[in-house]
Amino acid sequence: MSLKFYFKDNIEESRLIKRRIIIAASIVILLMGLLLLRLVNLQMIKHEHFITLSQNNRVKVLPIPPIRGLIYSRDDILLAENQPAFSLEIIPEQVENMDDVIKALARIVSIQDEDTRRFYKLLKEKRRHDSVPLRYNLDEIEVANFAVNNHLFPGVEVVARPYRRYPLKDITSHVIGYVGRIDDNDMAQLDNSNYLGITHIGKLGIEKTYEELLHGRVGHQQVEVNAQGRIIRVLERTAPEPGKNIYLSLDVSLQKVAVEALKDKKGAIVAVDPANGDVLALVSSPGYDPNPFVNGIDAKSYQALLESKSTPLINRAVQGKYPPGSVIKPFLGAVALAYGVRTKDETTWCPGWYALKGHEHRYRDWKRGGHGHVNLNTAIVQSCDVYYYSLANDLGINRLYDGLANFGFGEKTGIDISGESTGLVPSVEWKRRVYNQPWYQGETLIAGIGQGAVLTTPVQLAVATAAVASQGKIVSPHLAYEARDPITNQVQILEHAHSHQVAFQDPGIWKFIIEAMTDVVHGAYGTARRSGMDAKYKFAGKTGTAQVIGIDQNEAYKKEDIAEEFQDHALFIAFAPVDSPKIAVAIIVENGGSGSGAAAPIARILFDHYLLGLQPVSEVKENNT
Amino acid sequence: MEQKSLAQRLHIDIPLLFGLVLLCGMGLIILYSAGGQDIDIVIRQGVRMFLAIMLMFAVAQLTPTQMERWSLWVYLGGVILLIVVLYIGHISKGAQRWIDIGLVRFQPSEIMKLAVPMAVAWFLASSNLPVKIGRVVIACVMIMVPVVLIAKQPDLGTALLVAIAGLSILFIAGISWRLITALFMLAAAAAPLLWHFMHDYQRRRLLMFLDPEQDPLGSGYHIIQSQIAIGSGGIYGKGWLNGTQSHLEFLPERSTDFIFAVYSEEFGLMGAILLISIYLFVISRGLTIAVSAQQTYGKLLAAGIILTFSVYVFVNIGMAIGQLPVVGVPLPLISQGGTSIVTLMLAFGILMSINTHRRMLSE
Repeated sequence: MSLKFYFKDNIEESRLIKRRIIIAASIVILLMGLLLLRLVNLQMIKHEHFITLSQNNRVKVLPIPPIRGLIYSRDDILLAENQPAFSLEIIPEQVENMDDVIKALARIVSIQDEDTRRFYKLLKEKRRHDSVPLRYNLDEIEVANFAVNNHLFPGVEVVARPYRRYPLKDITSHVIGYVGRIDDNDMAQLDNSNYLGITHIGKLGIEKTYEELLHGRVGHQQVEVNAQGRIIRVLERTAPEPGKNIYLSLDVSLQKVAVEALKDKKGAIVAVDPANGDVLALVSSPGYDPNPFVNGIDAKSYQALLESKSTPLINRAVQGKYPPGSVIKPFLGAVALAYGVRTKDETTWCPGWYALKGHEHRYRDWKRGGHGHVNLNTAIVQSCDVYYYSLANDLGINRLYDGLANFGFGEKTGIDISGESTGLVPSVEWKRRVYNQPWYQGETLIAGIGQGAVLTTPVQLAVATAAVASQGKIVSPHLAYEARDPITNQVQILEHAHSHQVAFQDPGIWKFIIEAMTDVVHGAYGTARRSGMDAKYKFAGKTGTAQVIGIDQNEAYKKEDIAEEFQDHALFIAFAPVDSPKIAVAIIVENGGSGSGAAAPIARILFDHYLLGLQPVSEVKENNT
Repeated sequence: MEQKSLAQRLHIDIPLLFGLVLLCGMGLIILYSAGGQDIDIVIRQGVRMFLAIMLMFAVAQLTPTQMERWSLWVYLGGVILLIVVLYIGHISKGAQRWIDIGLVRFQPSEIMKLAVPMAVAWFLASSNLPVKIGRVVIACVMIMVPVVLIAKQPDLGTALLVAIAGLSILFIAGISWRLITALFMLAAAAAPLLWHFMHDYQRRRLLMFLDPEQDPLGSGYHIIQSQIAIGSGGIYGKGWLNGTQSHLEFLPERSTDFIFAVYSEEFGLMGAILLISIYLFVISRGLTIAVSAQQTYGKLLAAGIILTFSVYVFVNIGMAIGQLPVVGVPLPLISQGGTSIVTLMLAFGILMSINTHRRMLSE
């Protein structure tokens, strides 16, 4: 150390540094001098000017928050509204002893511990001259009580503000989402000047996706205030632009029927219009009441929702990943025909099991004795597993993957609510990437009956079903179709991604698959024949029963440990009427048992209601949970 | 050898300490007025100041040689933390500046305000001065890596200050005037590139700097109100607690970024001259320490620290009086807030160490 120290030309170096420091010091003095000059200018030369300004400085610019747009269903039912509510607010700066004031207030209006806790939390986040709400939703008596005692509480005021309300509560919770208080995360990404005076922002669902349209633009006003800061008059005003009203394709009456059908069960229903992707119903059961979230749900209730075994906060319709089980069969059938791996009449012998050449392991059919000679139509109608083991084996994992991807499986459908899962169609590349393992032939067989690693979301299944109904048209599902200006009523059509066609060389494939799916419901041996009985229209469907792990489990490989704990998931996909499809649905009843028993009857109820206007009979509620 | 004074044995620099305590005291007095006469705010700030001063004393016990040895590691550790923070921020899809270690949350970018000058001083001191062009390039890379990482957080203000801390040391180390001109031109050329990497909201803010009228509710209004407050203060001010501008809520960020306006309204030009004089006193003491330091590392680091401090003062006051765009730089030791005070006191601890340990070396 010291050696190096002496080697350096220390004196020369010191001189250099000293020279530079003197230069830097001169710059610092120069800059400070500039500041002083400017201060002299402001405080001496222009002092008279500024003192006048300051005496007349009674002009403040205040933001005027816009009114948030409303959300309607296609049949004009209000799904999200703004309701004026009175809240009790305190301006911290004007209060000397906060605890005493709150204690005194508690004698006039009801103030719970929870209110106080939330208040002190907010108090820390806000500035001293911002008013902080202590109580929301005062009733008229409380408002009157406070009004009488107003003079005793400087700095405390009752404020009427519009609050977001969701009148249908849990029926539309997973569609609409909710607004909540703007937090630090939101803050970092906001256009601050367009959110002045705004306390809430869309957090989930439609409220989040269409935040920009619903929010509008903040206006501002110049006001004159007196020495106490109270507004005397408004000098200039730029009106805020109210948010646009959003119209959803949701059919509320169908939505209610669907919610009722899943009552006390876990599951999901997605119904779309195959022609254009309009979402007619989207249910994730159980739902939850979004209203408490608007002003901050209390910790205990939130914890209860989070820890509830039925996970009400998860939107099963778009986030839930389910093994599709046998409902995958019509799609794979179409893929096999398209690749020429199977012809329509070719048969497979089903003894009740299937084994790979040179392997002992028997892959079982759900029907012990087997189905005998089976062609593709029978394989779909009776849901023969052995036919599909063999089909999948001949197809191979790569073509199976490509084929299913054609129907949109394994990727997001692009529905306009957040949090959508991609689901999963396994591939050789995926297995290597995630597990660093080679692909085993047996896994292809399992994928062929919609089990193993294959995972789909209800909305994906609905879109794929719609694609069969419309002979290959893959629509992009969406809830919102237009926005309207609340003042001018000007309509703005909301554009969504265009649909595209699944390219199969032989259009006869669609006819064949639709026929098979019709036989599932109306054929003598169809698995869903009981649900199709006496229907006044024809519908096509496919049942599925998936061996399961709960949806919170991503590991599809540990079947053995959990299968006993849970009953199978019941699935059903369907569209109606067969000739000119108006509605396609995907139904999943978690742990519901068989698809034909638990899911298919729900489809019948939905179709009866949507096509014929029938109300469900109460026999649906068997209540055997 | 004459006996060492108590202050020297405790490694305290009395003149510097005097200046700092004076500033802190003034800070508390103004804060009482700016914070709406809330004594709790003042007490909390006082506690922060006390803890920060204790930290300063602790740092002063280290020898400059120790610091020199650790410079690179502090720097590398800081860079790693910045990357971690950026990664966490990336997965949580938002701005992320904090690392949460249970009880304490801290910003790695704050560490870099010290780590960058330390590392640059260490690097430049390891060979003869004036610094050669090759080493200038390496030093620039050392500065730019954390600066870019901080800017990506995104925190442009801090990034700029960290860059200034590093570059000021390059200047003291004798970088040639021709290179300085070249660097300026490079910076001018890089500006459009920087624009390209900015977030939308950063661009919006920058545009508002240039045209405050565009933002009637935001910075334009702030600047006007701040100037009215200062100008109406006049020569002698309106008196403590009597500033009408600030108390009628016209002034935004009264106890943080715009606290100088509150001060000038109440204490006038005289007060402002007094405050700036105290700042100049602290700065001149710092520069004296830099000149008289024995090792090159100490000289460079001390100069870098004190020049950065000067920039803080200039930028904050310049903003309040409407000469500079509104950037979130606190008035050193006066503005409310803990992080900035801790970093500043750590820096002054380093200065004290450099000053008080040099005699020991020469023994």
